[in-house]
Amino acid sequence: MKLAAGIDIGAAATKAAVLDPMGRLLGGAVLRTGVDFALAGARALDEALAQAGARPEELTAVFACGYGRKNLPLANETRTEIAAHAAAAYHFFPRALTVIDIGGQDNKIIKVNAQGQRIDFKMNRKCAAGTGAFLEEMALRLDLPLERMDSLARQAEDEARLGAFCTVFTATEVLGRIREGAPLAALVKGLFRSVIKRVLEMDSIQGAVVMTGGVVAHNPYLVEMMAQELGREVLTPPQPQLAGAIGAALLALRSREPAR
Amino acid sequence: MPDAPPPIKATKKMKELMAGHFLGLDQAAREGRPKVAWCTSVGPAELLHAMGFAVYYPENHGALLGATRMATEVIPTANAAGYSPDICSYLTADVGAFLKGVTPLTQAYGIATVPKADVLVFNTNQCRDVEDWFAFYARHWNVPIVGVRSHRGLGEVKAHHVADIVAQFKDLIPTLEQVGGNKFDIDRLRETVRLSKECTLRWRRVLELAARIPSPMTFFDHTIHMAPAVVLRGLPEAVEYYDLLLAEMEQRIADGVAAVPGERHRLYWEGMPVWGRLRMLSDLLSQAQAAVVASTYCNSWIFDAFDEREPFESMARAYLELFIVRDDEYKERYIQQWVERFGVKGVIFHDAKTCPNNSNNRYAMPQRLARKLGLSTLVLNGDLNDLRLFSDEQAKTNLEAFVEQMEELAA
Repeated sequence: MKLAAGIDIGAAATKAAVLDPMGRLLGGAVLRTGVDFALAGARALDEALAQAGARPEELTAVFACGYGRKNLPLANETRTEIAAHAAAAYHFFPRALTVIDIGGQDNKIIKVNAQGQRIDFKMNRKCAAGTGAFLEEMALRLDLPLERMDSLARQAEDEARLGAFCTVFTATEVLGRIREGAPLAALVKGLFRSVIKRVLEMDSIQGAVVMTGGVVAHNPYLVEMMAQELGREVLTPPQPQLAGAIGAALLALRSREPAR
Repeated sequence: MPDAPPPIKATKKMKELMAGHFLGLDQAAREGRPKVAWCTSVGPAELLHAMGFAVYYPENHGALLGATRMATEVIPTANAAGYSPDICSYLTADVGAFLKGVTPLTQAYGIATVPKADVLVFNTNQCRDVEDWFAFYARHWNVPIVGVRSHRGLGEVKAHHVADIVAQFKDLIPTLEQVGGNKFDIDRLRETVRLSKECTLRWRRVLELAARIPSPMTFFDHTIHMAPAVVLRGLPEAVEYYDLLLAEMEQRIADGVAAVPGERHRLYWEGMPVWGRLRMLSDLLSQAQAAVVASTYCNSWIFDAFDEREPFESMARAYLELFIVRDDEYKERYIQQWVERFGVKGVIFHDAKTCPNNSNNRYAMPQRLARKLGLSTLVLNGDLNDLRLFSDEQAKTNLEAFVEQMEELAA
């Protein structure tokens, strides 16, 4: 079978996806990126191929995206993660969309028209407030395993108000709320709200809303909070952390289609 | 992929002219004759030349500090002296370099220091920072500072605006006569204005040649070759230089030479250059087969109004009609004209952190232009000089994604 793969080498995690010619996900993998992008990419692809029960020679094309996209010799071509997330989101939800990707170090808001063409995008500015790195830093400060954040936020009866832009100053604010006796769950919910605020101030939202990325994958409650904040449904693709890799693989598949 | 274009031959002549400019200023400052006037880049240079000054432009020095990437090293010194990291990074780079006793002129021309001013002459038509910048040196050297406080945010330039600026120009004359030791001579001013007009006509023509498809030059070339229009306008050398450059570019067009091999996309650059990353940005866009064919910044040295028959009035009009002095409605019409004429499909807005007056994205202009003209727009966060405010990776991904988007929309 002629397969295609996408590898998304992000600042925090490297993701790989193997698709069949119809664009169905056969195998996927998520690894920590570490310092060797090429190695992380190769390992993630091996893992995804193993899960798919496929051999490397079955791949007709491998596209890379993400921060380390230029550092992966095994990739045939590169695309930006912006193109990849848009392609994946439209694949699962073919309509006019606003895609919100919350990544390890950057956030993106991507607008796609009803034909699947990207019409606009915004990345966060230099500051990484509101990204996955922000939640990681806060989990560290609160001496809290990252994976507990979602359930804690969900349990919260209250929400701590946090207003600062800056991650470090937010940590100071969190200390202030602790002194005032705020429960841990309320603090975590406040941190989720902070992520949502940072994202929504980047751009306006139009069409259906799709959220992708690792933060969403591990914190489904954040998606619920976003839906409440926006007052509308927020969609997520299956395995949202793989969206970039799936999108890159879809673009790889398309590139091998005969010209029409 | 077609071959890269050959280097622009006129560059050699431009380098000679720039060396002559700086060495002449250095000599004047050391010998005390002619007197040295510092002038803001769109200040009343014609008046200063006409009154016999050697004219020095610190903004050009600021750009050199940026292009050599010395700026980021010296800005913290100015910050520590009380000049905020949020204000103009030409100012902070220049003042920081002065406080540290360094200048890129040393490596380029063997010049120890910037030429000491005998008088500092500003025009706030671009921003208030230029006055604060010059005030630092006025205090340091205890020399006179004079200038023009301009109107800003103008829709139409009206007669009363012009009359006010003319009066302010005339008010400069007694100080300039006293410092320079030369009496004002209207005929010398007419001649300088005439030469500035000749320069501006040619510089406009250079920029307009980029409307050709493929374009023989890009914005990145323009940022280099605009130097004579900035620092030598009002002098015959600038006119001669642009004759040379024009001939070469017309030959490029005749030979079908493209500045960006295989040009596929045509872009407009709005805002300041990122001086320390010109090469990176130019290479990245060139590889993506995207040519930046027009810019507000390089157009800022087109002064259509100059007319030697009315030297003061035409100077006032020229320095008021500039893009940076105008309101957003005017600016949008202006960009629209250039975009349409140059076949541009995408506009990059550089949001320069320390240069609000040249960052026209901040009041939703990209959104308005995108809606009105059906263009793709991108806001690139950065700065003209302070590379602490610029993320290479963010910029690369943004630009790559922008060109990808234009490809998708063109498909």
